[in-house]
Amino acid sequence: MNQNVVVIGGGPAGIEASRKLRDLGYTPILIESQPALGGKLTRWDRLFPDGVEARAILDPMLQDLDGIKYFTDTEVLSINRLKDTWVVKLSNGLSAQVRAILLTTGFDLFKAEKKEEYGYGIYERVITNADLEDWYKSGAPLQFDNVHTIGFVHCVGSRDEKAGNRQCSKVCCVTAVKQACEFKEKYPDATVYCFYMDLRMFGRKFEDLYLKAQKDYGIRFVRGRVSEVSEDIDGHLFVKAEDTLFGKPLKIKMDLLVLMAGMAPAASSASLARMAGITTGEDGFLVPRSIVGDACRASREGIFLAGAVTGPKTLPETLGEAASAALAIDQFLKTPVKQ
Amino acid sequence: MIDFGYGLTPSATLKIENVQNPRFEALHELEPDVVKCIACGSCTASCSAGCFTEMSLRRVILSLQRGREKETLPMLRHCMLCGKCQLVCPRGINTRHLILSIGKVYGLNEEDGR
Ligand code: SF4
Ligand code: SF4
Ligand code: SF4
Repeated sequence: MNQNVVVIGGGPAGIEASRKLRDLGYTPILIESQPALGGKLTRWDRLFPDGVEARAILDPMLQDLDGIKYFTDTEVLSINRLKDTWVVKLSNGLSAQVRAILLTTGFDLFKAEKKEEYGYGIYERVITNADLEDWYKSGAPLQFDNVHTIGFVHCVGSRDEKAGNRQCSKVCCVTAVKQACEFKEKYPDATVYCFYMDLRMFGRKFEDLYLKAQKDYGIRFVRGRVSEVSEDIDGHLFVKAEDTLFGKPLKIKMDLLVLMAGMAPAASSASLARMAGITTGEDGFLVPRSIVGDACRASREGIFLAGAVTGPKTLPETLGEAASAALAIDQFLKTPVKQ
Repeated sequence: MIDFGYGLTPSATLKIENVQNPRFEALHELEPDVVKCIACGSCTASCSAGCFTEMSLRRVILSLQRGREKETLPMLRHCMLCGKCQLVCPRGINTRHLILSIGKVYGLNEEDGR
């Protein structure tokens, strides 16, 4: 058999689907634009809800690439339909002719500087969830001193029509609570706040983590969206929100503020969708035949989708979808071409 | 004093960062579950006293957390300790016991002449 399948996007979805396709007897050609495989998972230190190391998930995947042809630092230049196949041209001069393409381009992290009122990139002590995770992963000492009060701002660039993203990014509530608890582990004397609109702790053990955050870590939850942030002469931050449960505006001095930047549609997905002639939703994410029952097939034959390319997803959801997509591709390739 | 037609009112803004809240700490020690409240309002909705008075256990708990107990402690005067709130609390907080502990820590009995 040994048919080629092109997989575009070398994050967890692309790697997992490639491994499954290989196990099914195909030769996946995995394309990644960055210098290394692993996608955003490479930046994570520990994962919610249990705190397992991201490495413990990613490393075994990266060590199991036999039988997968992968190209890093490589862009897709064009995708064209030729009879019942797709011709994919790559920036490294190669091209592939295949019946099936899987798009696993994931998401882009929302650029927090777009929410100017929060001061990311302007005030030194405003950082993002990704910056904090980088810091946790580095194990380095905190670059700011006198950090007594720290706040997490939920829904940055999510659930926000003005930011261009109406959707909930799904993972940032639990990530904020995870990071808040981790901060308390490192700085037990710090006072840690989470500013939320709703707490969306939907997954197994997520609610347990919330309870632990309240009970064991003393994280303080304030229902209210942060409206603006300003800085005093010493670089400390003043954060304004309404305590909507109390029904009063609230102003609080913070030493560090973490913005929970959400998942925005990947810019690369839109251009790939244009090349392949498949549908992009008004939210920017790609559209499967059915969100409920047929989540892995795109509108055109031979184009498949998995992971956050069709909307915010958790890592286990992404891995599950990658496996489903591999099976859907297998089924498709076993069906003879209609003459 | 000349009346200019306007006056200064104290800021309505909550300032929570400076709140040293020793009484809440004491309550927390006695009643660790007080931080488990998720402000769902079930207690308030089911409260026997709530229909006739401003009693809201949810608000009481929140105001204690924010160091604004003066605004809500008098509410507790209306509580009959019937325990209905405890039946509905999804976090399994022993609300009756909590109310009694609040009374103990915040000296409700003297303040409210009960
Ligand atoms: S998961 Fe939570 S923080 Fe993230 S967008 Fe949804 S509600 Fe906001
Ligand atoms: S115990 Fe008090 S607060 Fe609870 S339902 Fe009864 S009257 Fe209301
Ligand atoms: S029912 Fe329990 S969790 Fe809900 S507001 Fe009352 S005390 Fe809090």
